[in-house]
Amino acid sequence: MSETATLKVWRGLETASGHFESYEVPFEPGQSVLDGLRWIRANHDPSLAIRFSCINANACKECMIRVDGKTVYACTTRLVEREMTLEPLPNKALVKDLVTEIAPPDERLG
Amino acid sequence: MHVETDVLIIGSGGAGMYAAIEAARGGASVFLLDRSLIGRGGATVMAQMTVAVALGAQTPDHWSHHLADTIQAGRGLTDERLARLLCEDGPDCIREMDAWGVGWARRDGHITQAFAPGHDRPRCAYVDFLNTGPAVSKTLRTVVNRTNGIHKAGDLLVVDLVRQKGEGDGEVTGAVALHLATGAPVTIAAKATIVAAGGLTRLYRRNSASANMGGDGYALALRAGAPLIDMEFVQFFPIGHLAPRLIGMDPIMWDPFRYKLGGRLLNADREEFTGRYGTREDGKYVITRDLATYAIAKEVEAGRGSPHGGAYLSFEHCSAQALREAFGPVIDRLAANDIDLTKMPVEVAPIAHYHMGGVTADARMQTEVPGLLVAGEVVGGANGANRLSGNAITEALTFGRRAGRTAEARARDGKQGFAVADAGAALDLLTADGSAAINTAAMVQTLQATMADDVGPFRTKEKLARALGIIGDLTAALGERPVGDGGRFDMQRIDWFDLRNMLLVARIVAQAALRRTESRGAHQREDFPGMLPEWQVNQVVRLRDGEVALASAPVVAEVAAQ
Repeated sequence: MSETATLKVWRGLETASGHFESYEVPFEPGQSVLDGLRWIRANHDPSLAIRFSCINANACKECMIRVDGKTVYACTTRLVEREMTLEPLPNKALVKDLVTEIAPPDERLG
Repeated sequence: MHVETDVLIIGSGGAGMYAAIEAARGGASVFLLDRSLIGRGGATVMAQMTVAVALGAQTPDHWSHHLADTIQAGRGLTDERLARLLCEDGPDCIREMDAWGVGWARRDGHITQAFAPGHDRPRCAYVDFLNTGPAVSKTLRTVVNRTNGIHKAGDLLVVDLVRQKGEGDGEVTGAVALHLATGAPVTIAAKATIVAAGGLTRLYRRNSASANMGGDGYALALRAGAPLIDMEFVQFFPIGHLAPRLIGMDPIMWDPFRYKLGGRLLNADREEFTGRYGTREDGKYVITRDLATYAIAKEVEAGRGSPHGGAYLSFEHCSAQALREAFGPVIDRLAANDIDLTKMPVEVAPIAHYHMGGVTADARMQTEVPGLLVAGEVVGGANGANRLSGNAITEALTFGRRAGRTAEARARDGKQGFAVADAGAALDLLTADGSAAINTAAMVQTLQATMADDVGPFRTKEKLARALGIIGDLTAALGERPVGDGGRFDMQRIDWFDLRNMLLVARIVAQAALRRTESRGAHQREDFPGMLPEWQVNQVVRLRDGEVALASAPVVAEVAAQ
């Protein structure tokens, strides 16, 4: 029983010049927003940037983004059959699309 | 950008972080990098289970008993020098972790040790609840942070190791990396380099490790001239979660449930079935991983699988109180996923979990190539053809510590041999501005499907040949030059470098599986079902002029239990 979510995803390299792109994403009930983003990469646009390691276990804590204005983990937020707005974290330096600089300063190159 | 260090460590899982601590406290400067974030990716943080170690805290034990069990599980292919290091150093590392505050579960004043299949006595320490890996990672990260001399950087994807050309002994002198956050190339000069990049489970569609474990450690070492062994032995964890869909949980979560509560593995007719394949369980957890994988696959094949193509795992005989005592808050997380274990079974099926094969190393973790060391899952041989439950974290900690010690000693006497000219080929790849006419993310999925369907736990000549054909097609499609523009977090370029490694390693796994015309441990050939004495050999893989070359070699079995 497949349902469809509309993921409205912020894309860009600079906060001032970014834009939203919308994707229709089919899903089985129970699937996560991260599943949806991975589906977009494999089926529409492999350049969509998202940070994650563990995929489903909520162990790596790398996939933190904003969904509908709330800070969440993409791997533990379920897809729902409506439009969902996905944005990078507003309080972290933007790298690209949904990827921000979340590592502590002493764990970065520099 | 250029970085100089005594010891370069690639990968910040359990092995890499322990190596960093050990090298730094010996006085070396350390550069610890990860393609993900420090201490977050890899396999260690995902380990929800146990750590096998002969502490003798629960019942009298000695490392020689642990070694005997490890050798027994390895089905004749165990490198006994490496297995001995794992078993003998294990207690010391686990006690050091205890002193660092990891929080091993305790009962009656001692560290609790659970019984796990294949061990002759209770030997497996853990951290409640389902928290062994995260606690180990967090503890090591804390110690790394307070140890002087360790510089850390995440978001660094190593393209290739740098090996000295011309005169000299061809030592590894550092690495070339891509800084993901900026797209900038980075060169690293090191007197000793430790590859601790983990295994290859990402090659498979359903797997239990992080997305960054695509066999890059094997590919880096192989291209630098180091041989690999036992690459056909991929361990499938038999009871990976299959259905209903769970979020926020590791798919290997049912193992601790079985340690504590037994549980019943059932087919579609709700019958226990493992007895049909030689191991009756009767509600206990005694079946080893290779046999359980076999039993579940055969039930599915016979039309007695669960609806999603696996087996049922039932704790319906356990009381709500017993479940709550054993797993506390995990029961609430299951409830949030609409799962009540007192009323329903879950579905489980084999899932790619660990790789027994890897880079050959001596008991000091030194490879054949001077200056190149390895640690953790990337090392081949310690677990032979099948790994015992609980040996992976022990391997990460003991091998990491040993590698750190060896690297520090080498750095103390050595000097930098890095030359930019030796790094030319890798740097050239990073200047590429390839067109992106291929969907790299879809190619990763195609490879994962191929490996799962045709190079899974049960192999035939036909399936392996088909897989090699698809791997060849994908390799041709990938081409010689990276795609993407090379800018910030260029996912296509990251995929391209991942696929370059994944396809090489996938080809090696399939070729080694094709050549081994017998069944042993985690390698099961449906067209060659028996285990043959003449195949009690390791297969050694080398890269010669870019081509994969396989040969048989005798097993290193010189150390018997003392």
